[in-house]
Amino acid sequence: MVEVEETSKFMFAGLSDVSISGDIAVEGEINVPVGTPSQDKKYSTLDEPVKDTILRDLKAVGKKFVHVMYPKKSSALLRDWDLWGPLLLCVTLALMLQGGSVDSKEDRGPQFAEVFVIIWFGSVIITLNSKLLGGTISFFQSLCVLGYCIMPLTVAMVVCRLVLLGGSWGFSFIVRLIVVTASFSWSTFASTAFLADCQPPNRKALVVYPVFLFYFVIGWMILTFSPSA
Amino acid sequence: MASPDDLKFQEFEEATDLLLADPGASTLSMSGSSSMALAGATGDIKLDMSDDEGQEESSELLRGEKQTSGFWTFEYYQSFFNVDTMQVLDRVKGSVMHLPGRNFIKHTLQSSPDLYGPFWICVTLVFSLAISGNLSTFLNSLGSPHYHYRPQFHRVTIAAVVIFLYAWLVPLGVWGFLTWRQREERQQSGYSFLETVCVYGYSLFIYIPTSVLWILPFEWLRWLLILVAMVISGSVLVLTFWPVVRDDTKVTAFATVATIVVLHALLSIGCKMYFFQTATHTPVPTLAPNHTAAVLTNKTH
Repeated sequence: MVEVEETSKFMFAGLSDVSISGDIAVEGEINVPVGTPSQDKKYSTLDEPVKDTILRDLKAVGKKFVHVMYPKKSSALLRDWDLWGPLLLCVTLALMLQGGSVDSKEDRGPQFAEVFVIIWFGSVIITLNSKLLGGTISFFQSLCVLGYCIMPLTVAMVVCRLVLLGGSWGFSFIVRLIVVTASFSWSTFASTAFLADCQPPNRKALVVYPVFLFYFVIGWMILTFSPSA
Repeated sequence: MASPDDLKFQEFEEATDLLLADPGASTLSMSGSSSMALAGATGDIKLDMSDDEGQEESSELLRGEKQTSGFWTFEYYQSFFNVDTMQVLDRVKGSVMHLPGRNFIKHTLQSSPDLYGPFWICVTLVFSLAISGNLSTFLNSLGSPHYHYRPQFHRVTIAAVVIFLYAWLVPLGVWGFLTWRQREERQQSGYSFLETVCVYGYSLFIYIPTSVLWILPFEWLRWLLILVAMVISGSVLVLTFWPVVRDDTKVTAFATVATIVVLHALLSIGCKMYFFQTATHTPVPTLAPNHTAAVLTNKTH
């Protein structure tokens, strides 16, 4: 009994100067293994139906898509980061860039693996670059922002594929060029709206330039996509 | 009025006394003799703050001195990215419009190399080569019928391998050779490996606008651009490495400088020949019968 008291005193030593009298319900992030079941029921997600779990994640992803479409300086993207959205966008984009022209084996467009590697490897390198330059954003938050901001480019890819049904050259090329340029600037603008605040002010351009290059390369891959004859 | 020497001596004594009393205190001083105390204090700070904010503060402290952390810590690499926007722009300008007689490392870098410039210049160069090459191939074949646009994505991979090998292996070789010679001849200090990489990286900057201008399909213009780019970036390299090599034997000195220039020339000519092929040289196996048919019909006209 005495040993338990002493160990519990050691565990909660940091709380010793907080004076709590009586049995007050504690809310917050402290995961205390012992506690009445009625307090934990709100935060326990083990017993909920699977549909609720999936819908909760889907709603979070959907909310972030909305934040990207209308980029305001909100911190929701940064606070509750997740990588489901970027994965979904990356796989969709890589699948849609498939089926390009296969005249000869070496002159084809990017394959699935190449697109995947460029997007993820590129995001990792940009995140590392931003952190090395002294940024205060965390690794996964930055990956999350960069991945979600690919969404305008994915939308542009869908539009391009639809436009390509009506022919490859002339008017359709101009339409595709405008759409890809607009969505690439939108992506860059949206991601810098989230990322630029986390940098020291005299290095903002050093962080924004790789992001610009990243979305430019993705935009180039989308623009040069030509369907098989 | 106490003389300045007395005041200085007293301050140093006070500082050491305070440090002895409390070894964990954080000190900040610019003199080299107390760098050991600073290293100890920095180590304590690292232990106290284990979250992300701690990195910033320790990198702030390290800014004035040489890095004391090992190569496995994040701060070690952070010290190579210690540049501002204006500094990077100045270094890029220094590599393009430098005055003769100015050593790039001594004047522009001021002996604090960074890795941001070389890395991102190489990446930009890779993509600008691949994209411009693709555009020029497309523009060349615009007139011929049955032409099917090909993205030629494999060129990105090839460009990346070539550029990054050049930008890292050649400085390694040059640095290794210069260090070996310097050790043999016991001369004054050469350049560190990072400074060599930095010089090579920034000297590649001129090829980015050159590769974009190579899209224009005039052969004489392309060779003229190669010449101009070679002169500019080659002179940066030569002016940087000549003072180190000059004290060596004549033969070695000239051979070293000549090798540097020749390798640089090979890179630019090789890139131009591979990525920007003229219409007559483009290997088009599947279109060959159509092409010859088109040539024959043209000749009969």
